[in-house]
Amino acid sequence: MILKKKNPILRTRLPTLPPAARSRVALGLTAAAALGRFELQQCSDCGAVQYPPREACGSCLSTQLLWKQQSGRGELLAATVLHHSNDLFFRERLPWRLGLIKLESGPTVVAHLHGAVPAAPAPVRVAARLDRAGQAVLVALPDKETTDMADDRQLREFTCDPKLRKLLVTDGKTAVGQALVKALAAAGAHLIWVGYAEPWKKFAGFEELKALPQVTLVPLDVTDSKNVRELAAEIGGKVDILVNNAECHRTFGIGNRQGVETARAEMDVNYFGLLRLAQEFGPAMRSRGADGLASAVAWVNLLSIYALANFPPHGTFSASKAAAQSLAQCLRAEMRPAGVRVVNVYPGPIDDEWNQLLLPPKVAPAALAAAIVKALREGVEDVYPGDVAQEWLERWRDNPKALERELSS
Amino acid sequence: MSALSLFTQAFAAGKIRVVDLTQTLSPEFPHISLPPEMGQAWPFRIEEVSRYDERGPAWYWNNFSCGEHTGTHFDAPIHWVSGKDLPHNATDSIPPERFIGPAFVLDCSKESSEDADFLLTVDWIETWEKKHGRIAPRAWVLMRTDWSKRKDPAEYQNYDDEGQHTPGPDVDAVRFLVDERDVLGFGTESIGTDAGQAYHLRPPYPCHYFMHGAGRYGLQCLTNLDQLPPTGAVVVAAPLKIRNGSGSPLRAIALVESP
Repeated sequence: MILKKKNPILRTRLPTLPPAARSRVALGLTAAAALGRFELQQCSDCGAVQYPPREACGSCLSTQLLWKQQSGRGELLAATVLHHSNDLFFRERLPWRLGLIKLESGPTVVAHLHGAVPAAPAPVRVAARLDRAGQAVLVALPDKETTDMADDRQLREFTCDPKLRKLLVTDGKTAVGQALVKALAAAGAHLIWVGYAEPWKKFAGFEELKALPQVTLVPLDVTDSKNVRELAAEIGGKVDILVNNAECHRTFGIGNRQGVETARAEMDVNYFGLLRLAQEFGPAMRSRGADGLASAVAWVNLLSIYALANFPPHGTFSASKAAAQSLAQCLRAEMRPAGVRVVNVYPGPIDDEWNQLLLPPKVAPAALAAAIVKALREGVEDVYPGDVAQEWLERWRDNPKALERELSS
Repeated sequence: MSALSLFTQAFAAGKIRVVDLTQTLSPEFPHISLPPEMGQAWPFRIEEVSRYDERGPAWYWNNFSCGEHTGTHFDAPIHWVSGKDLPHNATDSIPPERFIGPAFVLDCSKESSEDADFLLTVDWIETWEKKHGRIAPRAWVLMRTDWSKRKDPAEYQNYDDEGQHTPGPDVDAVRFLVDERDVLGFGTESIGTDAGQAYHLRPPYPCHYFMHGAGRYGLQCLTNLDQLPPTGAVVVAAPLKIRNGSGSPLRAIALVESP
C-alpha cells in the first residue's frame, strides 16, 4: 500500500456514514463487536444460533436467547460485487464486494468480503466489526492470515490501522508513552508527534524517542489551554489518530491526603486535559473523516479499569478516570458523525512508578502499547488489556455492586 | 518644598526612570518543581471568560490561576517554618512601608556565567562594599546574575541528573546580610532566592531559613537588574494583600535617577 501525498488545494470531501439504524436487540452485536468479539444469539431452549438478532428464537419462538461467542468459521456460498448504490457512504466506495456465508453454527449471513477471499466455495472466517457509524457489521476474512491483510481497501474502512497515518501521542515522558510511540512506529505510522510537558525537565528516553525517524517532539501540557490551542492550530489538521495518554496518577483516597490540590491536579490532566484536547483537536479531525486512505480515524483515551468502579486506595485517581470516561462517551457521540472512532482503554494497574506498592500482575507498558495498536488494527472500541482488567471487567459485568464491595474491603 | 513634591517634579521632568523588574506572567514561564509526591504549586494558567462573543458580547476577560509563588514573586516570612510564628509575617500583615526600600545590586553575572552553582560569600560582599560602600540597613540586596536573560526555559531552569544548577548565597553570606547588615530582604533573578543546589547546604535553603526566620523577605524571578546602578535605586515591591498569604506574584519596579 502506497500513500500518495495529498494535493493540498483539492477539496476534502465531507464524511458520510453507512446506515446506522439498529433495533435495540441488534445492538447486542455492536456491544460485542466494540470489544472485538463476534457474538450471536443462541436459544437456551432449542440451541439454535440465529442471525439477524431478533426478540425470539426463529426455530422455537422461545425468548430465552443468550449472546454467545462465535468462532466465525463458515463457507462462502456466493460472492458478488456491488457497482451501484444509492447510499451515500457506499456509492463513494464502489465497487464493493459482498458475499453469502453459511456459518458452521447454522445461520447464513451476508457479509462484507475481504479482497483476499477466493471465489466461492471457499472457507472463510466471519468477524463482527464496527463500521464508521459505530455499528456492528459482519466481515468475511480469508481463512488463513495473509500478508498485508490489514491493507485491504474495504477492511480499512472498518479499522483504524495506524499504518501510514499521522499520530499525536500526548505524553512521551512516561514509559507507556514511549512504548506506544515505538509500537506505533513499528506498526507503520507515517508521522508521530510526541508531546512532553515541562520541557525544561529532561526525561529518560528523550534521546531514544528523538532518534526515531517518524517522531517529532512537541511541547504539550494538557493543563495549559493556550498550549493545546496553539498545537492544534499548528498540526490539528493533520492528525489522523490522537492518542491521549497524558495522565496524572497519585495514590490517595479521601482520608489520607489533606485538601483538594492533588485531586484537582488529577482532574486537571485526566478530565480537563481530555476536554481541552477534544475542543481543540476535535473539529479538525471531524472535518477529515473521509480524507482518503489516511483519513482522521480514531481518538484513543487511556482510561483505567478504576473508571468502572472506584479503587479506594487510588480513590481520587479513580474518580478522575470515571469523569474522563463519561466525557469520552460525549466525545464518542460528537465524533461519530465524522466516522472517527473513540477508543477507550481500561488497563488494570500499569507496571509504573505510581503502582509501585501493588502486587503483580501489572500491565507492562509494552504490553499495553501492543494492546492499543491491536485495538486500532481491529477497530475495537473498548479495550481491557491485562489479566486484572479482564477479571475486573467480568466481575463488573456480572455484578457491579459486588465489585464495589470487594474493592472496598 | 515637600519631599513628595520634589519627587513628582523630578519624575515629571524625566529625572527618575522606572525599571520594570517583573517577568510576564504566562503559562510558558518556568515554575518551581518539587518531587512529584509532594504538594505542588499551580503554574500560571489563564482561561478566557469571553472575548466579545456569545459568552459576553462586548467584553474580553480571563480567569487566571497560579500559586502564591509564581513568576516574579514576593516571599513573606511565614513561607518558611523558621518564620512561622513571627509577628507581621504574612502578605496582609507586613507593614506597607516595607514595600519600598533602597536596593543594593551585587553584580555576580560574570561569576554566574562561569559557574552556574556560584555561591555568594561574605568575602565577595565585603570586597564589593569596599568599592560601592556599606549596605544600608533595611535595604533590598539584589543578586544580579543575568539569569533572566536565559530565555530558553531549559537553560533558565538548568536541570541535570543532580537537579537544578542556579546561583545563590551561601549560608554565611545570608547570616551576614541578616545579622551584620540588617537587610530588608534578598532578591534573585533565578527561580528561588536560594541556589539550585541549596538543598545540600546546612541548613538546606539557608536564604529561606535565615531571611524568613528573621522576618525578612524574598524576591525572585526578577529581571532587568542589569539596568540598575549598584546603589541608589529604590525598589517598590508590594505583594497582593492575601489573608495570611505566604507570598504573591507582584509587579516589582525600581526607581532610578537618570544621570
